[in-house]
Amino acid sequence: MNRGTRVAFGLLPALACTGCVGWQSVLDPHGSPALGLDLLMKFIMIVCAVVWVLVVAMLFVALARRTPRAEPLMLGRRTQDRMRIAVAGSVAASVVVISVFTLASYAATRMLSVVSDDELMIRVRGFQWWWDVTYLAATPKESFRTANEIHIPINRTVRIQLEAADVIHSFWVPSLAGKQDLIPGRNNDVRFSAARAGTYRGQCAEFCGLQHARMAMIVVAHEPDSFEAWRQSQLKSATEPVKTEEQAGRELFVAKACSACHTVRGTAAAGATGPDLTHVGSRRTIAAGVFETTRGSLAAWIADPQTIKPGNNMPMVPLTADELHAVSAYMAGLK
Amino acid sequence: MSGDRIAPDTRDDQLESRALERQLAKVWGTPSGFWGALATVDHKIIGRRYIVTAFVFLLMGGVLALLMRIQLAQPEGRLLGPDLYNQVFTMHGANMMFLFAVPVMEAMAIYLVPLMVGTRNIAFPRLNAFSYWIFLAGGILLWVSFALNMGPDVGWFAYVPLSGPQYGSGKRADIWAQMITFTELSALAVAVELVVTVLKQRAPGMTLNRIPLFVWAMLVMSFIVILAMPAIMVASSTLIMDRLVGTHFYNPAEGGDVLLWQHLFWFFGHPEVYIIFLPAVGMVSAIVPVFARRSIFGYLPLVLALIATGILAFGLWVHHMFVTGLPRLGESFFTASSMAIAIPAGVQIFCWLATLWDGNTSLRTPLLFVIAFIVTFVIGGLTGVMVASVPFDTQVHDTYFVVAHFHYVLIGGAVFPLMGAIYYWFPKITGRMMSERLGWWVAGLVFVGFNLTFFPMHVLGFQGMPRRVYTYQHDMPWAELNLFVSVSSVVLALGFLLFFIDAVRSARWGAPAGGNPWNASSLEWATNSPPPSFNFASIPVVRSADPLWEDPDVLMVAAGLRTDRRELIISTVTEAQPQARESSPRNSIWPLWAAIATTVMLVWSIFSPWAVVWGSIPIAIALIGWFWPKGDPEDE
Repeated sequence: MNRGTRVAFGLLPALACTGCVGWQSVLDPHGSPALGLDLLMKFIMIVCAVVWVLVVAMLFVALARRTPRAEPLMLGRRTQDRMRIAVAGSVAASVVVISVFTLASYAATRMLSVVSDDELMIRVRGFQWWWDVTYLAATPKESFRTANEIHIPINRTVRIQLEAADVIHSFWVPSLAGKQDLIPGRNNDVRFSAARAGTYRGQCAEFCGLQHARMAMIVVAHEPDSFEAWRQSQLKSATEPVKTEEQAGRELFVAKACSACHTVRGTAAAGATGPDLTHVGSRRTIAAGVFETTRGSLAAWIADPQTIKPGNNMPMVPLTADELHAVSAYMAGLK
Repeated sequence: MSGDRIAPDTRDDQLESRALERQLAKVWGTPSGFWGALATVDHKIIGRRYIVTAFVFLLMGGVLALLMRIQLAQPEGRLLGPDLYNQVFTMHGANMMFLFAVPVMEAMAIYLVPLMVGTRNIAFPRLNAFSYWIFLAGGILLWVSFALNMGPDVGWFAYVPLSGPQYGSGKRADIWAQMITFTELSALAVAVELVVTVLKQRAPGMTLNRIPLFVWAMLVMSFIVILAMPAIMVASSTLIMDRLVGTHFYNPAEGGDVLLWQHLFWFFGHPEVYIIFLPAVGMVSAIVPVFARRSIFGYLPLVLALIATGILAFGLWVHHMFVTGLPRLGESFFTASSMAIAIPAGVQIFCWLATLWDGNTSLRTPLLFVIAFIVTFVIGGLTGVMVASVPFDTQVHDTYFVVAHFHYVLIGGAVFPLMGAIYYWFPKITGRMMSERLGWWVAGLVFVGFNLTFFPMHVLGFQGMPRRVYTYQHDMPWAELNLFVSVSSVVLALGFLLFFIDAVRSARWGAPAGGNPWNASSLEWATNSPPPSFNFASIPVVRSADPLWEDPDVLMVAAGLRTDRRELIISTVTEAQPQARESSPRNSIWPLWAAIATTVMLVWSIFSPWAVVWGSIPIAIALIGWFWPKGDPEDE
């Protein structure tokens, strides 16, 4: 738990300490600019807490104080003058405080927006209700698509280009950076770098319709070597299934409606409106953070996406039990 | 005027006081019965209706809030599905902003401002009646749609493209947009009435520097309404056109712009906060000196702070858009302006503290709410300073931190003063006191319940909980705090419930109040409680900012108004020198017909653009009836 916050919100220390801060928390920064933002926020909150204590103390002193006065219009001139000075002084102090805040915010914005020459370029497109992720590279061969999961190397600036495919979404991974909107017809970007290897959660922060609550993503920060290994594995086409069940699953996937929306590189499935599933089995979650990826959760999702995430754009494709087994086995095998 | 023995041009000083009051009651009164009630243009009756209606909407919006708290009390809650939850939070926001907060503040002004400036009715009283019916129709439209599962589900801000033709299915977003038209229409009408009442109908001698601060606040608020509401009118009309007749204002594929919506919405939406907040500080400025038993300290700085807030309110809308990718330098400007508005707020807080400091406070219920207001609002103001900082905002924008922030500002900053104001003016409005003992309980429960409910939301925001989510998963660490918040909200709800019980009970059985139970200084206390239909038998003459403290025994009055027709004094803008005797319109049923015709046209236009053409005909007929000279003495 973060000390600054505890000081600032000292009123309810018991509450502020509910322990686990979580993997999607402003209070647990592990990269730039989140670490710098954390310092700025602590500073502002501590000053504000002091201001609040002073005002409330003044209020209670003022309430307790007695001024015997027969008529409400009989005012002491000296008291009046002293109060004028006190009020003017308080206003002047407020001006100083907010000027410092303004300058600090401006300076922080400047300092935290450092551009690097060696940026990892990733394009994220927001869809209702999932994230389409494309790793951009100089040559198309080095570029690849994935979804809902972003892998990055530590200590390297990542630049995420933000686009919206339908409505406004907002990209927010609090442990790494503040949020930035994805807006139809506009190009935004957000830059950050992770200081520590680990898994960070993010979630759409702009109300985007029915399943706004279930539009999460995961950012996995790797050591550079392990990132490169991941990248190489993602560049490859889908693994060839070896078991007959998985092979049957592939045939069904291509033949049924699945391939109209989803791509599995190396097969005839080349739909573009749904997530790229070439390596779906290697991703930690499915359906934008709804389930951990297991064969069982894949089967549940394919069997009835509308009950699990009502309103999402994946239709229920009628499958027999055997077909469902085959398709989910194939999906789970796409490591 | 049949059976009237009074000569046509009898003046008020030619009658002895009993006969004068009888005659004035006859001319200004509202006939009993159903049609009399529908046709009245008495600002007190309309104001009372407005207040009661707005509080009914508060109650309904509060029930929605409790539904949301039950849903969020635990992860993966099952009470509300995503579709219903989105309707509920949209309804809660739209209802509280457009059907409760703004109307209730204007309603207090409708009731109190004419009394406080010493006149007999609000300016344009028929427009006032019209505005109430329109407000009521807008509220009914919204709630009936919700009952029919057609409630808007796009948030009270209705961002495009989610609310646009492609993604906002059915008529839900149209209903939101048209509800806006209704409430804006009524708010604009009231604002115009208030500006004219304050500037032209003040009692003789009430120069600008003797206007009660409450009235100043309402004047500035009215100007904000007049300047801010057109932006949202443009926004909601263009949205409806995009949806209904295929324009492309907000469609980037056809050269439209998504962010244009946000600029228009927040150009209104941020001043909206001050439309709610300024009346509240006006109430605080009215209550503080009375219970400090000392005239307000810093009248001039307080007036200037109100005006400065009103001007600055238009310069900070972009702080709602800090994460939309606008240029950094421009954003820094809006950081500066957003922080700057803390200065006039600070000036007011310091002046109230100084007044209390040099006063001899008596801790009655209205003052309790002022204390609750200062303690709570300062937190909301300071978190406002926090979110004004662009880098800070990028982390808390659209999280529960912001939910906490604006509830601190709106409930702590506006509803607490409003409740104090109800306790304070209830005796004037009903003639009966509210219970002091229950009042302490209400203030305590509401204050404690509020802070326990909303303070933890700051922490939830830091822990990464976004706003407007209908549920959250088991693996997020938000469950305990959310449960705590939901349980605390019951305490808050109990406080409000007790408040309503006290109000209803006191209206019937409260102790009789008398004219001036708090020994206050402004003119509304110079008449009976409740005031007669004509407000004042004789128009008072004002010689100071605290007339009833300056002249505790006998107030000077102006004489010479006609008694055979509704007549009031028009005075100059700055010096309030009497300029003319002006007739004031009498009761009329036509504002109701005009409101019904307007309602038909606006509701119909949700379904067909031709409604604007055909629906205008009945409106024109109603307006002709409204303005047709009928040979009344007022028409002379």
